[in-house]
Amino acid sequence: MSTAANETPRSRGKAPAGERIADWADGRLGIYSLAKANMRKIFPDHWSFMLGEVCMYSFIIIILTGVYLTLFFHPSMNEVQYHGSYVPLQGQLMSEAFNSTLHISFDVRGGLLMRQIHHWAALIFLAGMFAHMMRVFFTGAFRKPREVNWLFGFLLFVLGMFTGFTGYSLPDDLLSGTGVRFMEGAILSVPIVGTYLSFFLFGGEFPGHDFVARFYSIHILLLPGIMLGLMVGHLILVFYHKHTQFAGPGKTEKNVVGMPLLPVYMAKAGGFFFLVFGVIAAIAAVAQINPIWAMGPYRPDQVSTGAQPDWYMGFSEGLIRFMPGWEINLWGHTLVLGVFIPLVIFPLVLVAIAVYPFIESWVTGDKSEHHILDRPRNAPTRTGLGVAWMTLYLTLLVGGGNDLWATHFHLSINAVTWFVRIAFFVGPVLAFIVTKRICLGLQRRDREKVLHGRETGIIKRLPHGEFIEVHEPLSQEQLHTLTAHHQYEPAEIGPVVDENGVERKVGTSEKLRAKLSSAYYSEDSQIPKPTVDEYKEITSGHGHH
Amino acid sequence: MKKLSARRRHPLAAVVVLLLALAATGGLYAAFAPAGKAQADDSAQSLTIKEGKKLYEVGCASCHGTGGQGSSDGPSLVGVGAAAVDFQVGTGRMPAATSQGAQVPRKKVVYNQTQIDQLATYIASLGAGPNVPTKEQYGPGGADIAKGGELFRTNCAQCHNFTGKGGALTKGKFAPSLEGVAPKHIYEAMQTGPQNMPSFPDTTLSSKNKKDIIAYLNAVNGDKTENPGGLELGGLGPVSEGLFAWIFGLGALITVAVWVAARTAKAKKS
Repeated sequence: MSTAANETPRSRGKAPAGERIADWADGRLGIYSLAKANMRKIFPDHWSFMLGEVCMYSFIIIILTGVYLTLFFHPSMNEVQYHGSYVPLQGQLMSEAFNSTLHISFDVRGGLLMRQIHHWAALIFLAGMFAHMMRVFFTGAFRKPREVNWLFGFLLFVLGMFTGFTGYSLPDDLLSGTGVRFMEGAILSVPIVGTYLSFFLFGGEFPGHDFVARFYSIHILLLPGIMLGLMVGHLILVFYHKHTQFAGPGKTEKNVVGMPLLPVYMAKAGGFFFLVFGVIAAIAAVAQINPIWAMGPYRPDQVSTGAQPDWYMGFSEGLIRFMPGWEINLWGHTLVLGVFIPLVIFPLVLVAIAVYPFIESWVTGDKSEHHILDRPRNAPTRTGLGVAWMTLYLTLLVGGGNDLWATHFHLSINAVTWFVRIAFFVGPVLAFIVTKRICLGLQRRDREKVLHGRETGIIKRLPHGEFIEVHEPLSQEQLHTLTAHHQYEPAEIGPVVDENGVERKVGTSEKLRAKLSSAYYSEDSQIPKPTVDEYKEITSGHGHH
Repeated sequence: MKKLSARRRHPLAAVVVLLLALAATGGLYAAFAPAGKAQADDSAQSLTIKEGKKLYEVGCASCHGTGGQGSSDGPSLVGVGAAAVDFQVGTGRMPAATSQGAQVPRKKVVYNQTQIDQLATYIASLGAGPNVPTKEQYGPGGADIAKGGELFRTNCAQCHNFTGKGGALTKGKFAPSLEGVAPKHIYEAMQTGPQNMPSFPDTTLSSKNKKDIIAYLNAVNGDKTENPGGLELGGLGPVSEGLFAWIFGLGALITVAVWVAARTAKAKKS
């Protein structure tokens, strides 16, 4: 498109250098049309939409600092004697991996800060993904057309967990070695193939000489490579679907109200990157993380109390800590249920949240696209289920730290463990009921506000002595926002007998769907939003109530 | 020889032999008998024991019995040794507030060191036990810190955590934090095994090993310990780190996000 312009002779000499470079690049890369199409892409403004950005930026920070660390880290299990500058470990035998991590921490310029930024950013990355995922869940942003992107995000979270695990295992210190031993134990508990899997993974008997080098390839190449690809895919889909927005005047399912990518969001996002980097760097400069020198080199015969994984793996620790140590001994073989059952529940906890969007879309039978977000209160069953899941997750985290709960709150560790055992089953149910009630209460309040206006706090005395509170009617915009949500009708099983009088077979899945649908959308599960007629009837009358 | 054998049958020979035998026995006894001096020096120690007994009767006898024989409220103290007394009373654990509860906690010390020594001497007089260690035994001189670290991780860390921050045991019992515990008391604890702790007598963990462990603890959990990398966050590992990452990490970032989102370009004129 620019060739034609170039051919026309210019009267005032050459174009400025910048323009010429842009022309050169555009002729070869087609940047102009790409930029034209996307530069004015609109993004809505809400703080919770920036959680994903937090994840992306911390991921970039992790990659940058990680590259620096690879320059000095030796992924080797060869045994060496320590002669570095940390006195309490001098002369100790350790793997080269541990030795080089000590070297990075004490003898490489900026090494400790880089390690700490890398590790803190990893914790924040995972925390950010968790919060982002919950934001998407509770606002219903996973609905059509974004189910695939939800799965991309979920995979990023799970892969992030394992990237983190393989990463903090690399220094071969006593804490992470205990974690790897934990994982080995879980693998061994798998019936029949457990020992084979373990020998395959560790190249022989635990710990062997291979696992650091293997984890290293997985940690710096395999998993981050997949994650980077998924993240790019995630972003492309965000661009393609356009961003969701909260309901409000002027906002429909067919538009996006907000600011253009360039210049507003480029500036905002660019600035936000540096803010994220700044916050993480400040934390890394102030607070210590994973002080491997205090933990010492890994030896399979040693262990410390307070051996927990990083927080994102904490729920697996909880599963194993609250599980009774059951085992079955048959024909000379042991089935360690105390470890195997937690190993089975571990993926189920994660999958439960991942498949939810598909369950909900099956229950609603809704095939239309949704770009307007739900307020959590307007989807009480979904919100209740989400809070129930989070309660389960938190309960498991409490279980994973049961010893610290015991020491810091002067409790018995047995009592904490029993609390977790019971709360694992009861907690989510209670959380669901309570959350749903709160949502319904909030829906009633919205209905009340729409019909009767906002309480002003002004008390008026009428001539005959009665006191009333003045309610101020809501603005048109507020009325719209509070009533914009769609309310589903419970799905019903169609006529059981067709027009010819032949009985139709109703499948179990159809029955189940009808049941779930009525649980989701019956009168007990949502407060009908005020209709125009109701509003008119009330506002046309005189006085109040 | 001839003379001797000639007089062998002399009527007084038996008397002479008897006298010689008596002289030899007496002489040997005088040479090998315990010095009479000990008896004379004892007046000071017996005074200490007496003082200790007095203190014992006021502060300890109600649980441990009038003669240290123990009761349903407290164990027998016969044979626990001076080291156990110095540890229990010197860290304020004894006298205990109650004999109930999972474990007797460390608290304010009630007696001064002289009184503790008197109590210790009295208890030691009830039966032989480990003595209070000397400064040479627990002092930093000649200790191998790295070796101490290795020993600590092998024998102590499973209850007391990597650097002695403490940890939970079953049913409300706990391994206390070793922060700010005097080297002497750490030595005595290893020697005597107070409460739920196993004891590590010199046959299990030599005096040198104990010295190494104390030196290691002083290096990683003492007053002058440097903390490379900043705030230690309790030194409890990933749980406190995770909590910190959520509250101060993600918390700060969300605050920043709210702030950035609130500052929108006012270009809504169209």
